[in-house]
Amino acid sequence: MATYDWLFNVLGLRKWCDAGASDGPMSMAQLLAKTGNAAPQSGVNFAFPSLDELNKACGQISQTRDVVKGLENGFLAVRPALRTVLDPITQPLSWMLDGTLYLFMTAPWFLIMALILVAVWFSTRSLSVLLFNAFCLSFFAFVDHFEPAMQTFAVILVCTIISALFGIPIGIAMSKYNRLQKAIIPVLDLLQTLPTFVYLIPLIFLFPIGESRLYGIAIILYAIVPVIRLTDLGVRLVDKDVVEAGNAFGMSPGQKLTKVELPLALPNIMAGLNQTIMMSLAMVVIASMVTAPGLGVLVLRGIRNLELGVGLMAGVCIVLLAVMLDRTSKAALSRIDRTKNEM
Amino acid sequence: MTQTTKVSLRGLYKIFGHDDKSVLPHVKDGMGKEELLTTHKHVLGLQDINVEMQAGEITVVMGLSGSGKSTLIRHLNRLIEPTDGEILVDGVDVMNLSTTDLRKMRQDKMSMVFQKFALLPHRTVLQNAAMALDVKGLPTQEQEREAKTWLARVGLGGFENHYPAQLSGGMQQRVGIARALTSNSDIMLMDEAFSALDPLIRTDMQNLLLELQVELKKTIIFITHDLDEALKLADHLVILKDGAVVQQGEPQSILMNPTDPYIEDFVSDINRARVLRVRSVMQPFSEGKFAGDVQENDTLESLIAASGGDTALRYRVLDGNNNAVGTLDMRDLVKALVPRISSSEAGTRYH
Repeated sequence: MATYDWLFNVLGLRKWCDAGASDGPMSMAQLLAKTGNAAPQSGVNFAFPSLDELNKACGQISQTRDVVKGLENGFLAVRPALRTVLDPITQPLSWMLDGTLYLFMTAPWFLIMALILVAVWFSTRSLSVLLFNAFCLSFFAFVDHFEPAMQTFAVILVCTIISALFGIPIGIAMSKYNRLQKAIIPVLDLLQTLPTFVYLIPLIFLFPIGESRLYGIAIILYAIVPVIRLTDLGVRLVDKDVVEAGNAFGMSPGQKLTKVELPLALPNIMAGLNQTIMMSLAMVVIASMVTAPGLGVLVLRGIRNLELGVGLMAGVCIVLLAVMLDRTSKAALSRIDRTKNEM
Repeated sequence: MTQTTKVSLRGLYKIFGHDDKSVLPHVKDGMGKEELLTTHKHVLGLQDINVEMQAGEITVVMGLSGSGKSTLIRHLNRLIEPTDGEILVDGVDVMNLSTTDLRKMRQDKMSMVFQKFALLPHRTVLQNAAMALDVKGLPTQEQEREAKTWLARVGLGGFENHYPAQLSGGMQQRVGIARALTSNSDIMLMDEAFSALDPLIRTDMQNLLLELQVELKKTIIFITHDLDEALKLADHLVILKDGAVVQQGEPQSILMNPTDPYIEDFVSDINRARVLRVRSVMQPFSEGKFAGDVQENDTLESLIAASGGDTALRYRVLDGNNNAVGTLDMRDLVKALVPRISSSEAGTRYH
């Protein structure tokens, strides 16, 4: 006798329930009850009307495990359709990641180092940042971690560029249309609060393991959020008086955007990009579980095989890489601020 | 001098709120600002504004904060859309312009100077001054040549490659003025352009504007909350209160004949000797014994200084062509210095 029999009796659904009574596989509790060894129920037996509990009273109601199963089947059913859409769209991502990784793996180490240092110098013009970068790169090479470090760097590079490419226009659009902002902010909240592993679950089903877009998408989804948010914020915070001046002198919306709003929002956008870079790094380590190459693989090996030293050394390299990226992007940001308010 | 109307506002109404058109009839039937706010949750911005602005003149719109003067000036280039009424610029109703035509008009016919300067912080002084031409898409060389000329004209030669943040407030506003002049438009809108500057710099800038105006003869619409500034600059003075025009006309005549207690209050506080001119207090010409000649546009202050304070004297008043147009008795002058109500009386009446 189940707790909620009365409910279906009152509603007059008894017949309907019994008609569909299923003899599905029994749960452990039911099996135990059959053998008479069930734990004696103490106190008032008033269970929450959960699916399992209702199922006991009425066979027509599915159990929770069936709902979970249905969720899975549903996802698997839409998978072919999703794949026909997503496959061609995301294919370029695979190419970009594979191409960049190939470049970083085949080019000689001194060329890569030189290129990175030149780029750092032109974006920051700061000798201390340049020296710190040189130190980090030499350290990676010295402890024979140059290759995985560059793999991680290559993945971050590609993912950050794509995040900026999509994030900045989305942010601008959000700042222009309040409705769009209202629609997108919950999505951004969701992307930021979802545990990082949860991203990976649907992706594993959608894309064959071993394809680089699998981890590329996971990283981009996670890292694109700050650049969208800060672009939106930055454009909204642009001095209304200056925008009005643009209007008064007859600027078109496009001129206003390129001559007024984006230049004035640039510090905020750069701050967003800095965050995006840092989040890409965090995610590229986790994404090593789904074949993302680089330092994360070594961390994973350290955990799996209890190789403490391997894990720690990779960890140190990740920290150095993080500090390097952070300092460099912040120095580039402050250079932009300086030219703006040069005193 | 024959006058041509450059800009005219006819029956202009502005109501702020989500459904301004529907409450317009109430306002036209005479509902006041407070009643509109409490019963319909709409804010009355402007009501029934009729102003004609003449070409080559400085029209000053004066009012206290909240009187709608900044709202008014933003209607001229449609930065704010009116609820009802006509805005004619060179005879063309601005309300009928398409977006592109409106943009064209803002580029070619009107320029604006802002209270908070509103310069682009990431651009140099030169680039800021050239903004209007940049918007029009002129070649850079031409832009810079024009901008340099005007920067030199407002006294900023040599500062071309500085950034706005490196300049003082007064200098930044000079850039603002140079930017407006570089656009080469006939109409200049000045929204409390000098209000953020300290008094000495403000006087400097007023003199600069008057000096430029002698030469350029722009149609200037100037917004201010400062009566002294208004009287100094205005050819035509419009006084706003609660979104309505209380009195408008030639500043001297407003000063001599205020029609509203609100304006009497205003004018009771100012230095009348400095703003009143001989022509406002003179009598029609009659022969007699004169202590000397004065120009009709001299201020009373200068005459007091010339007479040495002697109230028994009589002067002959000459116009610009040295024709005698009137006589001035120093006793009339002294009487004119006393407002109809004194500032202390006004204080007890209204505060």
